[in-house]
Amino acid sequence: MSSARLQIPPRILQGDVFKVRLLVNHPMDSGFLRDIDGVIIQRNVIRHLVCTLNGREVFRVEPTTGVAANPLFEFYLRATESGDMLFRWVDDKAYIGELRHTLVVEAANASKPASN
Amino acid sequence: MRSRLFSRRQSILAIFQTTLAASVGGFWLGSAKAQVDKLTITGLSEARLRTFEEMVRPYVQSQELKKERVTLSLPMLADNGHMVPLSLKIDSPMTEASHITHVYLISQRNPVPLMAKFVMGPWSGRADLSTRVRLSGNQNVIALARLSDGNFIYDLQEVVVTEAACVDNG
Repeated sequence: MSSARLQIPPRILQGDVFKVRLLVNHPMDSGFLRDIDGVIIQRNVIRHLVCTLNGREVFRVEPTTGVAANPLFEFYLRATESGDMLFRWVDDKAYIGELRHTLVVEAANASKPASN
Repeated sequence: MRSRLFSRRQSILAIFQTTLAASVGGFWLGSAKAQVDKLTITGLSEARLRTFEEMVRPYVQSQELKKERVTLSLPMLADNGHMVPLSLKIDSPMTEASHITHVYLISQRNPVPLMAKFVMGPWSGRADLSTRVRLSGNQNVIALARLSDGNFIYDLQEVVVTEAACVDNG
């Protein structure tokens, strides 16, 4: 039902600060709108979304009804170690969404740093 | 003696009947109220502009609050309140000694004042964020950031919304 897309730079060097773009597929129903029959659509928003790297929490967002449908979150992380990135979010219907990504951090002196 | 007993029994009966009637009435009223609640949405009635004090007070009690180092970018005119791009730059070294711990996005007019709360730390490297928010009409938006020493910094931006995200019960 709910899924997400992650965008990070293709090459990440040790010590870099890189941008993480996460687009979650979620209706984020605010509970203030009605459907075509005039029945109120029950509130269903993401309660919290947590990003962990090797089991350590590195980012957390707690959206409310004020975040648009299919929420986009852009934030930064400092590359210190390679490892498993896990995004996990829970909504009002207790649905737990997950996205896993293996983060590869290259050693800084391996080659010339990327220009971006 | 007998007559007194009778009267007491009668009065007890009367009290019992009254309580029963009251409870049935209460139940009936309660169900009617529940039906009304199903038809109207609560929260939209207080869709008025909040003061700065009301917006900030739940997060900042006695700490310092300064308008500096935070740059909140919103479109000056948002055509569609359902999806307003919002980006935030905070000038912070993001070191162990001095970093941003929390960021709050607060709306002046939305039924739920807090739009999102972000948690970050020195591992973030840079305290910039961007997301897309819902806005119900013309208002000011506050981005409030909590520093690691407990004080707060903020930025305030006015935005004109042509089509509000919440449609009233009207």
